[in-house]
Amino acid sequence: MKALVCVKRVIDYNVKPRVKADGTGVDLANVKMSMNPFDEIAVEEAIRLKEKGVVTEIVAVSVGPAKAQETLRTALAMGADRAILVQTDDDAEPLAVAKIVKAIADEEQPGLIITGKQAIDDDSNQVGQMVAALLGRPQGTFANEVSVEGDSVVVKREVDGGLETVKLALPAVVTTDLRLNEPRYASLPNIMKAKSKPLANKAPADYGVDTAPRLKTLKVSEPPVRVAGIKVADVDALVAKLKELGVA
Amino acid sequence: MANVLVWVEHDGAAVKDATLAAVTAAAKLGDVTALVAGSGVDGVAAAAAQIEGVAKVLKADDAALANALAENVAPLIVSLMAGYDAFVAPATTTGKNVAPRVAALLDVTQVSEILSVEGPKTFTRPIYAGNAIATVESADAKLVITVRGTAFAKANATGGSASVEAVSGAAESGLSTFVGSEIAKSERPELTSAKIIVSGGRALKDADTFASVITPLADKLGAAIGASRAAVDAGYVPNDYQVGQTGKIVAPEVYVAVGISGAIQHLAGMKDSKTIIAINKDE
Repeated sequence: MKALVCVKRVIDYNVKPRVKADGTGVDLANVKMSMNPFDEIAVEEAIRLKEKGVVTEIVAVSVGPAKAQETLRTALAMGADRAILVQTDDDAEPLAVAKIVKAIADEEQPGLIITGKQAIDDDSNQVGQMVAALLGRPQGTFANEVSVEGDSVVVKREVDGGLETVKLALPAVVTTDLRLNEPRYASLPNIMKAKSKPLANKAPADYGVDTAPRLKTLKVSEPPVRVAGIKVADVDALVAKLKELGVA
Repeated sequence: MANVLVWVEHDGAAVKDATLAAVTAAAKLGDVTALVAGSGVDGVAAAAAQIEGVAKVLKADDAALANALAENVAPLIVSLMAGYDAFVAPATTTGKNVAPRVAALLDVTQVSEILSVEGPKTFTRPIYAGNAIATVESADAKLVITVRGTAFAKANATGGSASVEAVSGAAESGLSTFVGSEIAKSERPELTSAKIIVSGGRALKDADTFASVITPLADKLGAAIGASRAAVDAGYVPNDYQVGQTGKIVAPEVYVAVGISGAIQHLAGMKDSKTIIAINKDE
Protein backbone atom coordinates (compact mmCIF):
# COMPACT_ATOMS: atom_id res chain seq x y z
CA MET A 1 0.00 0.00 0.00
CA LYS A 2 1.08 3.51 -0.77
CA ALA A 3 1.30 6.17 1.94
CA LEU A 4 0.82 9.88 1.31
CA VAL A 5 2.42 12.18 3.88
CA CYS A 6 1.63 15.90 4.06
CA VAL A 7 4.39 18.21 5.29
CA LYS A 8 4.44 21.96 5.88
CA ARG A 9 7.26 24.46 6.02
CA VAL A 10 6.80 26.58 9.13
CA ILE A 11 8.75 28.86 11.43
CA ASP A 12 11.14 26.79 13.58
CA TYR A 13 9.44 25.84 16.83
CA ASN A 14 12.25 27.35 18.94
CA VAL A 15 11.92 30.80 17.40
CA LYS A 16 9.84 33.37 19.22
CA PRO A 17 7.63 34.91 16.52
CA ARG A 18 7.55 38.69 16.17
CA VAL A 19 4.48 40.56 15.07
CA LYS A 20 5.17 43.14 12.33
CA ALA A 21 4.80 46.73 13.49
CA ASP A 22 2.14 47.47 10.85
CA GLY A 23 -0.05 44.62 12.13
CA THR A 24 -0.19 42.75 8.80
CA GLY A 25 1.29 39.52 10.10
CA VAL A 26 4.23 37.82 11.71
CA ASP A 27 7.68 38.77 10.44
CA LEU A 28 9.09 35.73 8.64
CA ALA A 29 11.97 37.49 6.84
CA ASN A 30 15.31 35.97 7.86
CA VAL A 31 13.68 33.63 10.36
CA LYS A 32 14.73 30.00 10.59
CA MET A 33 12.14 27.72 8.98
CA SER A 34 11.78 23.96 9.48
CA MET A 35 9.42 21.08 8.91
CA ASN A 36 6.37 21.32 11.15
CA PRO A 37 7.18 19.04 14.14
CA PHE A 38 3.96 17.02 13.83
CA ASP A 39 4.75 16.37 10.17
CA GLU A 40 8.15 14.93 11.10
CA ILE A 41 6.25 12.48 13.26
CA ALA A 42 3.98 11.71 10.27
CA VAL A 43 6.97 11.03 7.99
CA GLU A 44 8.57 8.85 10.67
CA GLU A 45 5.39 6.81 11.08
CA ALA A 46 5.15 6.21 7.33
CA ILE A 47 8.78 5.06 7.27
CA ARG A 48 8.21 2.71 10.20
CA LEU A 49 5.21 1.20 8.40
CA LYS A 50 7.41 0.74 5.33
CA GLU A 51 10.06 -0.94 7.45
CA LYS A 52 7.38 -3.31 8.72
CA GLY A 53 6.49 -4.15 5.12
CA VAL A 54 3.00 -2.63 5.38
CA VAL A 55 3.73 0.37 3.17
CA THR A 56 5.46 -0.04 -0.18
CA GLU A 57 5.97 3.56 -1.25
CA ILE A 58 5.94 6.91 0.56
CA VAL A 59 4.95 10.07 -1.29
CA ALA A 60 5.56 13.37 0.52
CA VAL A 61 3.39 16.34 -0.43
CA SER A 62 3.76 20.00 0.45
CA VAL A 63 1.68 23.00 -0.54
CA GLY A 64 3.58 26.26 -0.24
CA PRO A 65 6.26 28.55 -1.61
CA ALA A 66 9.23 27.40 -3.74
CA LYS A 67 11.30 27.01 -0.57
CA ALA A 68 8.98 24.27 0.68
CA GLN A 69 11.18 22.14 -1.58
CA GLU A 70 13.73 22.08 1.26
CA THR A 71 11.08 20.63 3.55
CA LEU A 72 10.31 17.93 1.01
CA ARG A 73 14.03 17.15 0.63
CA THR A 74 14.13 16.67 4.41
CA ALA A 75 11.26 14.17 4.14
CA LEU A 76 13.11 12.41 1.29
CA ALA A 77 16.29 12.31 3.37
CA MET A 78 14.36 10.74 6.26
CA GLY A 79 13.11 7.98 3.96
CA ALA A 80 10.25 9.13 1.71
CA ASP A 81 10.51 7.79 -1.87
CA ARG A 82 9.35 10.78 -3.88
CA ALA A 83 7.82 14.19 -3.40
CA ILE A 84 5.25 16.51 -4.90
CA LEU A 85 5.47 20.26 -4.39
CA VAL A 86 2.32 22.21 -5.12
CA GLN A 87 3.73 25.66 -5.41
CA THR A 88 1.75 28.74 -4.44
CA ASP A 89 2.66 32.05 -2.88
CA ASP A 90 -0.80 32.38 -1.38
CA ASP A 91 -0.93 31.50 2.28
CA ALA A 92 -3.05 28.44 1.47
CA GLU A 93 -5.78 27.76 4.03
CA PRO A 94 -6.56 24.27 5.35
CA LEU A 95 -9.59 23.88 3.06
CA ALA A 96 -7.53 24.66 -0.08
CA VAL A 97 -4.71 22.35 1.07
CA ALA A 98 -7.25 19.61 1.76
CA LYS A 99 -8.71 19.97 -1.75
CA ILE A 100 -5.25 19.68 -3.31
CA VAL A 101 -4.41 16.64 -1.19
CA LYS A 102 -7.75 15.09 -2.16
CA ALA A 103 -6.95 15.57 -5.85
CA ILE A 104 -3.50 14.03 -5.39
CA ALA A 105 -5.03 11.13 -3.46
CA ASP A 106 -7.46 10.55 -6.34
CA GLU A 107 -4.45 10.19 -8.65
CA GLU A 108 -2.14 8.26 -6.36
CA GLN A 109 -4.73 6.09 -4.57
CA PRO A 110 -2.82 5.82 -1.26
CA GLY A 111 -4.02 3.36 1.37
CA LEU A 112 -3.05 5.72 4.14
CA ILE A 113 -2.77 9.50 4.30
CA ILE A 114 -0.78 10.75 7.27
CA THR A 115 -0.71 14.40 8.36
CA GLY A 116 0.39 16.18 11.52
CA LYS A 117 -2.44 17.05 13.91
CA GLN A 118 -1.77 20.76 13.51
CA ALA A 119 0.75 23.19 12.08
CA ILE A 120 2.48 25.29 14.71
CA ASP A 121 2.06 28.50 12.71
CA ASP A 122 -1.69 28.80 12.13
CA ASP A 123 -2.60 26.27 14.88
CA SER A 124 -5.70 25.34 12.86
CA ASN A 125 -5.87 21.56 13.35
CA GLN A 126 -8.09 21.06 10.29
CA VAL A 127 -6.34 19.61 7.21
CA GLY A 128 -6.46 15.89 8.09
CA GLN A 129 -10.13 15.99 9.04
CA MET A 130 -10.97 17.97 5.88
CA VAL A 131 -9.08 15.56 3.62
CA ALA A 132 -10.98 12.65 5.19
CA ALA A 133 -14.28 14.47 4.68
CA LEU A 134 -13.59 15.32 1.03
CA LEU A 135 -12.52 11.75 0.26
CA GLY A 136 -15.43 10.31 2.25
CA ARG A 137 -12.94 8.20 4.21
CA PRO A 138 -12.56 7.62 7.98
CA GLN A 139 -10.20 9.67 10.16
CA GLY A 140 -7.98 8.73 13.07
CA THR A 141 -7.03 12.06 14.60
CA PHE A 142 -4.43 12.72 17.34
CA ALA A 143 -2.89 9.27 16.90
CA ASN A 144 -0.79 7.87 19.72
CA GLU A 145 -0.42 4.41 18.18
CA VAL A 146 -1.14 3.11 14.68
CA SER A 147 -1.31 -0.52 13.57
CA VAL A 148 -2.51 -1.83 10.22
CA GLU A 149 -4.48 -5.06 10.50
CA GLY A 150 -5.57 -6.47 7.14
CA ASP A 151 -7.91 -4.03 5.44
CA SER A 152 -8.28 -1.77 8.45
CA VAL A 153 -6.12 0.39 10.66
CA VAL A 154 -6.42 0.53 14.44
CA VAL A 155 -5.65 3.95 15.86
CA LYS A 156 -5.22 4.76 19.52
CA ARG A 157 -6.15 8.44 19.93
CA GLU A 158 -5.24 11.01 22.57
CA VAL A 159 -8.51 12.49 23.81
CA ASP A 160 -9.27 14.89 26.66
CA GLY A 161 -9.76 12.34 29.42
CA GLY A 162 -7.20 9.76 28.30
CA LEU A 163 -6.96 7.46 25.29
CA GLU A 164 -9.52 5.97 22.94
CA THR A 165 -9.16 3.32 20.27
CA VAL A 166 -10.95 3.26 16.92
CA LYS A 167 -10.81 0.86 14.01
CA LEU A 168 -10.97 2.43 10.56
CA ALA A 169 -11.60 0.86 7.17
CA LEU A 170 -8.73 1.50 4.74
CA PRO A 171 -8.06 3.77 2.96
CA ALA A 172 -8.00 6.13 5.91
CA VAL A 173 -6.56 9.43 7.11
CA VAL A 174 -4.45 9.57 10.27
CA THR A 175 -3.21 12.72 12.04
CA THR A 176 -0.26 12.40 14.37
CA ASP A 177 0.04 13.49 17.97
CA LEU A 178 3.33 14.17 19.75
CA ARG A 179 3.73 10.78 21.33
CA LEU A 180 3.23 8.62 18.27
CA ASN A 181 6.97 8.26 17.78
CA GLU A 182 10.38 9.91 17.99
CA PRO A 183 11.33 11.13 14.50
CA ARG A 184 14.78 10.09 13.21
CA TYR A 185 17.46 12.49 12.03
CA ALA A 186 18.46 12.42 8.39
CA SER A 187 22.06 11.25 8.03
CA LEU A 188 24.47 13.07 5.73
CA PRO A 189 24.63 10.26 3.12
CA ASN A 190 20.82 10.16 3.08
CA ILE A 191 20.65 13.94 2.66
CA MET A 192 22.93 13.58 -0.37
CA LYS A 193 20.86 10.69 -1.77
CA ALA A 194 17.67 12.69 -1.26
CA LYS A 195 18.90 15.25 -3.78
CA SER A 196 18.48 12.73 -6.58
CA LYS A 197 15.07 11.44 -5.54
CA PRO A 198 12.17 12.60 -7.76
CA LEU A 199 10.40 15.82 -6.84
CA ALA A 200 7.48 16.87 -9.04
CA ASN A 201 6.66 20.55 -9.30
CA LYS A 202 2.97 21.34 -9.62
CA ALA A 203 0.61 24.28 -9.25
CA PRO A 204 -2.80 24.43 -7.54
CA ALA A 205 -4.34 25.04 -10.98
CA ASP A 206 -3.12 21.58 -12.06
CA TYR A 207 -5.62 20.22 -9.56
CA GLY A 208 -8.27 22.83 -10.29
CA VAL A 209 -8.04 24.34 -6.81
CA ASP A 210 -8.26 28.05 -6.01
CA THR A 211 -5.98 28.90 -3.08
CA ALA A 212 -7.27 32.44 -2.52
CA PRO A 213 -8.03 32.82 1.21
CA ARG A 214 -11.62 32.71 2.43
CA LEU A 215 -10.64 34.10 5.79
CA LYS A 216 -9.49 37.68 5.54
CA THR A 217 -6.89 38.62 8.14
CA LEU A 218 -7.79 42.13 9.20
CA LYS A 219 -5.05 42.55 11.76
CA VAL A 220 -2.37 40.66 13.63
CA SER A 221 -1.44 42.02 17.03
CA GLU A 222 0.75 41.20 19.99
CA PRO A 223 -1.00 39.38 22.81
CA PRO A 224 -1.61 41.53 25.90
CA VAL A 225 1.57 41.97 27.93
CA ARG A 226 1.58 40.84 31.55
CA VAL A 227 2.71 43.26 34.21
CA ALA A 228 6.10 42.33 35.60
CA GLY A 229 6.03 39.98 38.57
CA ILE A 230 7.82 40.04 41.87
CA LYS A 231 10.25 37.63 43.45
CA VAL A 232 9.65 36.63 47.05
CA ALA A 233 12.41 35.56 49.42
CA ASP A 234 10.83 32.53 51.07
CA VAL A 235 7.70 30.40 51.36
CA ASP A 236 6.15 32.55 54.10
CA ALA A 237 6.46 35.65 51.96
CA LEU A 238 4.85 33.77 49.05
CA VAL A 239 1.91 32.60 51.14
CA ALA A 240 1.51 36.07 52.69
CA LYS A 241 1.46 37.66 49.23
CA LEU A 242 -1.12 35.14 47.98
CA LYS A 243 -3.35 35.82 50.98
CA GLU A 244 -3.01 39.54 50.36
CA LEU A 245 -4.14 39.04 46.76
CA GLY A 246 -6.93 36.81 47.98
CA VAL A 247 -6.14 34.08 45.49
CA ALA A 248 -5.54 31.17 47.84
CA MET B 1 -30.34 37.38 14.04
CA ALA B 2 -28.49 34.33 12.88
CA ASN B 3 -29.42 30.79 13.83
CA VAL B 4 -26.56 29.02 15.57
CA LEU B 5 -26.20 25.30 16.19
CA VAL B 6 -23.99 24.43 19.18
CA TRP B 7 -22.39 21.02 19.69
CA VAL B 8 -23.02 19.75 23.21
CA GLU B 9 -19.97 17.96 24.60
CA HIS B 10 -21.03 15.24 27.02
CA ASP B 11 -19.96 11.93 28.46
CA GLY B 12 -23.34 10.25 28.07
CA ALA B 13 -24.54 11.49 31.46
CA ALA B 14 -23.61 15.14 31.99
CA VAL B 15 -22.93 18.21 29.88
CA LYS B 16 -19.24 19.12 29.92
CA ASP B 17 -18.24 22.63 31.03
CA ALA B 18 -16.64 23.45 27.69
CA THR B 19 -20.14 23.53 26.17
CA LEU B 20 -21.16 26.38 28.48
CA ALA B 21 -18.39 28.62 27.14
CA ALA B 22 -19.36 27.70 23.57
CA VAL B 23 -22.98 28.71 24.33
CA THR B 24 -21.77 32.12 25.56
CA ALA B 25 -19.79 32.62 22.34
CA ALA B 26 -22.67 31.40 20.18
CA ALA B 27 -25.16 33.71 21.91
CA LYS B 28 -23.10 36.66 20.64
CA LEU B 29 -23.88 35.50 17.10
CA GLY B 30 -27.57 34.74 17.34
CA ASP B 31 -30.26 32.37 18.58
CA VAL B 32 -28.74 29.26 20.09
CA THR B 33 -29.93 25.74 19.37
CA ALA B 34 -28.05 23.00 21.20
CA LEU B 35 -27.40 19.67 19.49
CA VAL B 36 -27.19 16.65 21.77
CA ALA B 37 -26.03 13.63 19.81
CA GLY B 38 -25.38 10.21 21.25
CA SER B 39 -27.02 7.01 22.36
CA GLY B 40 -29.39 7.17 25.35
CA VAL B 41 -29.04 10.90 25.84
CA ASP B 42 -32.41 11.90 27.33
CA GLY B 43 -30.69 13.06 30.51
CA VAL B 44 -28.12 15.11 28.66
CA ALA B 45 -30.81 16.71 26.50
CA ALA B 46 -32.78 17.65 29.61
CA ALA B 47 -29.66 19.18 31.15
CA ALA B 48 -28.87 21.07 27.94
CA ALA B 49 -32.39 22.51 27.96
CA GLN B 50 -31.60 24.10 31.33
CA ILE B 51 -28.60 26.05 30.06
CA GLU B 52 -29.30 29.75 30.06
CA GLY B 53 -29.30 31.18 26.55
CA VAL B 54 -30.30 27.97 24.78
CA ALA B 55 -33.55 28.48 22.86
CA LYS B 56 -34.01 24.94 21.61
CA VAL B 57 -32.43 21.52 22.01
CA LEU B 58 -32.17 19.04 19.18
CA LYS B 59 -31.79 15.48 20.41
CA ALA B 60 -30.31 12.95 18.03
CA ASP B 61 -30.50 9.58 19.76
CA ASP B 62 -29.08 6.73 17.74
CA ALA B 63 -26.70 3.85 18.35
CA ALA B 64 -24.58 5.13 15.44
CA LEU B 65 -23.92 8.36 17.35
CA ALA B 66 -22.50 6.75 20.47
CA ASN B 67 -18.88 7.79 21.10
CA ALA B 68 -19.22 10.73 18.68
CA LEU B 69 -17.42 9.10 15.75
CA ALA B 70 -16.80 11.93 13.28
CA GLU B 71 -17.73 9.74 10.30
CA ASN B 72 -21.26 9.26 11.67
CA VAL B 73 -21.79 12.59 13.41
CA ALA B 74 -20.59 14.98 10.67
CA PRO B 75 -23.18 14.00 8.01
CA LEU B 76 -25.98 14.46 10.58
CA ILE B 77 -24.73 17.96 11.45
CA VAL B 78 -24.35 18.82 7.77
CA SER B 79 -27.96 17.79 7.11
CA LEU B 80 -29.15 19.96 10.03
CA MET B 81 -27.09 22.93 8.86
CA ALA B 82 -29.61 23.69 6.08
CA GLY B 83 -31.53 25.61 8.75
CA TYR B 84 -28.58 27.26 10.49
CA ASP B 85 -26.05 30.00 9.72
CA ALA B 86 -23.30 28.82 12.04
CA PHE B 87 -22.03 25.66 13.72
CA VAL B 88 -20.18 26.23 16.97
CA ALA B 89 -18.26 23.57 18.90
CA PRO B 90 -16.02 23.81 21.95
CA ALA B 91 -12.33 23.34 21.07
CA THR B 92 -12.12 20.01 22.89
CA THR B 93 -10.67 16.91 21.24
CA THR B 94 -14.19 15.94 20.12
CA GLY B 95 -14.94 19.41 18.76
CA LYS B 96 -11.60 19.54 16.94
CA ASN B 97 -12.24 16.09 15.50
CA VAL B 98 -15.75 16.74 14.21
CA ALA B 99 -15.93 20.44 13.25
CA PRO B 100 -13.35 20.48 10.39
CA ARG B 101 -15.08 17.46 8.86
CA VAL B 102 -18.37 19.38 8.96
CA ALA B 103 -16.68 22.48 7.50
CA ALA B 104 -15.18 20.59 4.56
CA LEU B 105 -18.53 18.91 3.78
CA LEU B 106 -20.16 22.37 3.76
CA ASP B 107 -17.24 23.68 1.65
CA VAL B 108 -16.42 26.42 4.14
CA THR B 109 -13.23 27.18 6.01
CA GLN B 110 -13.22 26.76 9.77
CA VAL B 111 -12.30 29.42 12.30
CA SER B 112 -10.40 27.51 15.00
CA GLU B 113 -10.25 28.31 18.72
CA ILE B 114 -11.77 31.78 18.70
CA LEU B 115 -10.97 34.11 21.61
CA SER B 116 -13.64 36.73 20.94
CA VAL B 117 -16.52 37.64 18.68
CA GLU B 118 -15.85 41.04 17.10
CA GLY B 119 -18.71 41.12 14.62
CA PRO B 120 -21.17 38.83 12.83
CA LYS B 121 -18.30 37.26 10.86
CA THR B 122 -15.25 38.70 12.59
CA PHE B 123 -13.30 36.90 15.29
CA THR B 124 -9.96 36.92 17.04
CA ARG B 125 -7.87 33.78 17.33
CA PRO B 126 -4.39 32.93 18.54
CA ILE B 127 -1.67 31.91 16.06
CA TYR B 128 1.99 30.91 16.51
CA ALA B 129 1.39 29.26 19.89
CA GLY B 130 -0.42 32.34 21.18
CA ASN B 131 2.46 34.69 20.33
CA ALA B 132 0.18 36.64 18.01
CA ILE B 133 -3.54 37.33 17.90
CA ALA B 134 -5.16 37.45 14.46
CA THR B 135 -8.41 39.25 13.75
CA VAL B 136 -10.08 37.39 10.90
CA GLU B 137 -13.22 37.90 8.85
CA SER B 138 -14.90 34.98 7.14
CA ALA B 139 -16.20 35.36 3.59
CA ASP B 140 -18.16 32.09 3.74
CA ALA B 141 -21.95 31.94 3.71
CA LYS B 142 -22.03 29.61 6.71
CA LEU B 143 -19.67 29.69 9.66
CA VAL B 144 -17.98 26.76 11.37
CA ILE B 145 -16.25 27.79 14.59
CA THR B 146 -14.50 26.16 17.51
CA VAL B 147 -14.37 28.10 20.77
CA ARG B 148 -11.51 28.25 23.24
CA GLY B 149 -13.21 27.44 26.53
CA THR B 150 -11.02 29.65 28.70
CA ALA B 151 -11.71 32.76 26.61
CA PHE B 152 -15.44 32.98 27.32
CA ALA B 153 -17.46 33.10 30.55
CA LYS B 154 -19.49 29.96 31.14
CA ALA B 155 -23.23 30.26 30.57
CA ASN B 156 -25.35 29.38 33.62
CA ALA B 157 -26.06 25.67 33.61
CA THR B 158 -29.53 26.30 35.04
CA GLY B 159 -32.24 28.89 34.53
CA GLY B 160 -33.06 28.10 30.92
CA SER B 161 -36.17 26.30 29.72
CA ALA B 162 -35.64 25.24 26.15
CA SER B 163 -37.87 22.78 24.35
CA VAL B 164 -36.40 19.43 23.33
CA GLU B 165 -37.06 18.22 19.82
CA ALA B 166 -35.98 14.81 18.55
CA VAL B 167 -34.24 14.71 15.20
CA SER B 168 -33.38 11.69 13.12
CA GLY B 169 -31.22 11.08 10.10
CA ALA B 170 -28.22 9.51 11.77
CA ALA B 171 -26.75 6.53 9.99
CA GLU B 172 -23.88 4.11 10.49
CA SER B 173 -21.22 5.04 7.94
CA GLY B 174 -19.55 1.66 8.15
CA LEU B 175 -16.18 3.42 7.96
CA SER B 176 -15.16 3.35 11.60
CA THR B 177 -15.85 1.48 14.81
CA PHE B 178 -15.21 2.42 18.41
CA VAL B 179 -13.04 -0.22 20.06
CA GLY B 180 -12.59 1.08 23.59
CA SER B 181 -11.20 3.80 25.80
CA GLU B 182 -8.86 4.22 28.71
CA ILE B 183 -10.12 7.23 30.58
CA ALA B 184 -7.99 8.29 33.52
CA LYS B 185 -10.04 8.27 36.72
CA SER B 186 -9.60 11.36 38.80
CA GLU B 187 -11.27 12.78 41.88
CA ARG B 188 -9.69 16.14 41.20
CA PRO B 189 -11.23 19.11 39.41
CA GLU B 190 -10.98 18.83 35.65
CA LEU B 191 -7.81 20.50 34.39
CA THR B 192 -9.47 22.85 31.92
CA SER B 193 -12.04 24.15 34.41
CA ALA B 194 -10.02 24.15 37.65
CA LYS B 195 -9.60 27.39 39.60
CA ILE B 196 -6.13 26.42 40.79
CA ILE B 197 -3.59 24.28 38.95
CA VAL B 198 -0.31 22.92 40.24
CA SER B 199 1.96 21.85 37.41
CA GLY B 200 5.24 19.96 37.49
CA GLY B 201 8.06 19.68 35.01
CA ARG B 202 11.21 17.73 34.29
CA ALA B 203 12.89 18.90 37.51
CA LEU B 204 10.59 16.65 39.54
CA LYS B 205 13.00 13.84 38.60
CA ASP B 206 10.66 10.83 38.57
CA ALA B 207 7.05 9.71 38.99
CA ASP B 208 7.45 9.14 42.74
CA THR B 209 8.91 12.56 43.42
CA PHE B 210 6.23 14.11 41.24
CA ALA B 211 3.55 12.37 43.29
CA SER B 212 5.15 13.20 46.63
CA VAL B 213 5.77 16.88 45.83
CA ILE B 214 2.89 17.94 43.59
CA THR B 215 0.02 15.82 44.89
CA PRO B 216 -0.03 17.03 48.55
CA LEU B 217 0.15 20.67 47.47
CA ALA B 218 -2.65 20.13 44.95
CA ASP B 219 -4.73 18.36 47.64
CA LYS B 220 -4.20 21.24 50.05
CA LEU B 221 -5.26 23.81 47.47
CA GLY B 222 -8.07 21.73 45.96
CA ALA B 223 -6.20 22.09 42.71
CA ALA B 224 -5.96 20.13 39.48
CA ILE B 225 -2.59 18.70 38.49
CA GLY B 226 -0.88 19.65 35.26
CA ALA B 227 2.46 18.86 33.69
CA SER B 228 4.92 19.99 31.06
CA ARG B 229 5.71 17.88 28.03
CA ALA B 230 9.02 16.85 29.57
CA ALA B 231 7.24 15.40 32.61
CA VAL B 232 4.79 13.51 30.41
CA ASP B 233 7.47 12.19 28.05
CA ALA B 234 9.51 11.01 31.02
CA GLY B 235 6.47 9.09 32.24
CA TYR B 236 5.87 10.98 35.50
CA VAL B 237 2.18 11.45 34.61
CA PRO B 238 -0.23 10.46 31.78
CA ASN B 239 -0.56 12.44 28.52
CA ASP B 240 -3.80 14.13 29.39
CA TYR B 241 -2.05 16.13 32.13
CA GLN B 242 -0.05 18.05 29.55
CA VAL B 243 -0.56 21.82 29.49
CA GLY B 244 0.58 23.69 26.37
CA GLN B 245 0.15 24.33 22.67
CA THR B 246 -0.45 20.67 21.96
CA GLY B 247 -1.94 19.73 25.30
CA LYS B 248 -4.65 21.51 27.23
CA ILE B 249 -5.16 25.26 27.27
CA VAL B 250 -5.93 26.46 30.77
CA ALA B 251 -6.57 29.83 32.41
CA PRO B 252 -7.08 29.29 36.14
CA GLU B 253 -7.04 31.90 38.88
CA VAL B 254 -3.72 30.55 40.10
CA TYR B 255 -1.18 28.52 38.15
CA VAL B 256 1.75 27.13 40.11
CA ALA B 257 4.62 26.00 37.89
CA VAL B 258 7.11 23.81 39.73
CA GLY B 259 10.35 22.90 37.99
CA ILE B 260 9.16 24.14 34.58
CA SER B 261 11.51 26.28 32.46
CA GLY B 262 8.72 28.04 30.56
CA ALA B 263 9.19 27.05 26.90
CA ILE B 264 7.07 28.85 24.29
CA GLN B 265 4.95 25.73 23.81
CA HIS B 266 4.18 25.45 27.53
CA LEU B 267 3.39 29.15 27.94
CA ALA B 268 0.91 28.85 25.05
CA GLY B 269 -1.22 26.70 27.32
CA MET B 270 -1.24 28.76 30.51
CA LYS B 271 -0.19 32.36 30.00
CA ASP B 272 -3.75 33.65 30.38
CA SER B 273 -3.85 32.44 33.99
CA LYS B 274 -4.71 35.25 36.40
CA THR B 275 -1.82 34.73 38.79
CA ILE B 276 1.22 32.67 37.88
CA ILE B 277 3.65 31.42 40.52
CA ALA B 278 6.96 29.91 39.47
CA ILE B 279 9.06 27.80 41.78
CA ASN B 280 12.35 27.31 40.04
CA LYS B 281 16.02 26.96 40.88
CA ASP B 282 17.15 28.61 37.67
CA GLU B 283 16.98 32.36 38.33
